[in-house]
Amino acid sequence: MPAAASTPHAAPTGPMISVIGLVKSFGAKQVLNGIDLAVGRGESLVLVGGSGAGKSVFIKHLIGLIQPDEGHVVVDGVDLTLAPPETVLALRKRFGMSFQEGALFDSKTVFDNIAFPILRHRTRDRGQVAARVRECLELVRLPGIEDKMPSELSGGMRRRVGFARAIALEPEILLFDEPTTGLDPINTAAIGNVINQLRSELGVTAVTITHDMNLARRIADRIAMMRRGRILSIDTPDLFQRSDNWFVRAFLDGEVPEEDRP
Amino acid sequence: MAERPSAGPLAWLDHFGRSVLAALDELGRFFYIMSSSVLWSFRRPFDGAELLRQMVRVGWDSIPVVFLTCLFTGMVLALQTYRGFERFHAEGFVGSVVALSLTRELAPVLTGLMVAGRVGSAMAAELGTMRVTEQIDALYAMATEPIHYLVVPRVNASILMLPVLTIIGDAVGIIGGWLIAVGLFDANSYLYVDRTFQFLEVNDVTSGLIKAAFFGLILSVTGCAKGFYTAGGAEGVGRATTSAVVTACLYILLSDFFLTKVLF
Ligand SMILES: Nc1ncnc2c1ncn2[C@@H]1O[C@H](COP(=O)(O)OP(=O)(O)OP(=O)(O)O)[C@@H](O)[C@H]1O
Ligand SMILES: [Mg+2]
Repeated sequence: MPAAASTPHAAPTGPMISVIGLVKSFGAKQVLNGIDLAVGRGESLVLVGGSGAGKSVFIKHLIGLIQPDEGHVVVDGVDLTLAPPETVLALRKRFGMSFQEGALFDSKTVFDNIAFPILRHRTRDRGQVAARVRECLELVRLPGIEDKMPSELSGGMRRRVGFARAIALEPEILLFDEPTTGLDPINTAAIGNVINQLRSELGVTAVTITHDMNLARRIADRIAMMRRGRILSIDTPDLFQRSDNWFVRAFLDGEVPEEDRP
Repeated sequence: MAERPSAGPLAWLDHFGRSVLAALDELGRFFYIMSSSVLWSFRRPFDGAELLRQMVRVGWDSIPVVFLTCLFTGMVLALQTYRGFERFHAEGFVGSVVALSLTRELAPVLTGLMVAGRVGSAMAAELGTMRVTEQIDALYAMATEPIHYLVVPRVNASILMLPVLTIIGDAVGIIGGWLIAVGLFDANSYLYVDRTFQFLEVNDVTSGLIKAAFFGLILSVTGCAKGFYTAGGAEGVGRATTSAVVTACLYILLSDFFLTKVLF
């Protein structure tokens, strides 16, 4: 297990990711209002919530792309807000992240995009790299597009290439920001299957943001509802489905809740 | 944090204070990018292919621009000095003046300014676009320091290529001066060439090349810093690009004075 390799003396215990009292503002706008959350080892947490609730800002804190104003993010015992840059950089090798807008390198081909983390952190062996890139593209049902440039792809294809790049190194911790938004049901199901496959085969820890309740039910151990920079509720998919929280109900039923109506 | 714009008689003070803070911020970023790119230059992995790619972009691709700039500068320099020196019968020294002005001052500065416009702006636009489309975040997420991967090859390529371009500029400019003197004013070719090298010392050329390397550092760090700290979408990228050129030219001209003071 890679997790054991990095902490050879102590058996890994405790949650993989703990978030304590996270507060973040941009200028005068407070985006995160004190978030406490723990994600267990091998757990798959799905984060849902209205647009602008702060989900993307939150998930970027988990890998240290944004520093909080207050609070801490602890990943496998390392506090990202206190650790030296070296440690954070090393820790990120254990992460895979896909971005809401894909964030593909637009001057590189699809092949070079997916090969990027492999070449930097795994192997320079051409054959092995090519094999892994092909494998990843097949997982997201896009075989044979290695030579295309990102600008030649549709939005959904770009998103899937971003997903393929995130899983290329078979990382221990996966962060997906809306991996299936804008995808058809079949490709959405395929992405869900890949996430579940990674969980059962490699025991990865995953945090996924999505608006798609079908995907959420399929991959989640727990579903967290975020609203206005807070975690409103956090439940297993079954309990979440039957939640009597007024906002969760409105979210599930697709209605504008009383409080938000003008 | 209420950022209320203060009105009244002291508004100018408020405005002035903000401008000073912004300028200091700017300078801080410049030195942060510069120092960290130096530190990361010595870290593995060394990306030789990327360095080469950037050297082609900064060096090879800039040759036409530098060629034309220095050719015409050498020509106009000969034209002007010939007219002036004629008045006190010193035409014989035109070759020396052209050679000294070019190697010590004009070739490095003009090369720096032209490359700042060509390459510094491109660096700002490129890194700025990567910033606003989250590609820089993606680099961090893939455990890659963007300074190492993006900035180091650009800065090193510029430091290496600017002196090379300046040598080309020196040679082309001197030839341009010779063309005018001999072609237009019927100067004695042998004498002109002799005068060109009579007063030219090795130090004249090397000091120009050292300057050029500094200008390469300045323009690439400015371009990268502007791009790296871009905010505000496509408009922000546009702002970063423009201000990269203006700032780099300003820094080049200011530092030119102090470098000249130190180097001679
Ligand atoms: N860099 C930034 N500067 C200023 N404000 C920001 C920045 N990033 C995010 N915000 C603000 O933070 C709030 C939350 O943004 P975020 O992207 O996290 O929303 P989200 O929950 O991911 O929404 P969506 O479902 O639409 O992606 C928004 O109001 C946004 O305007
Ligand atoms: Mg988002």
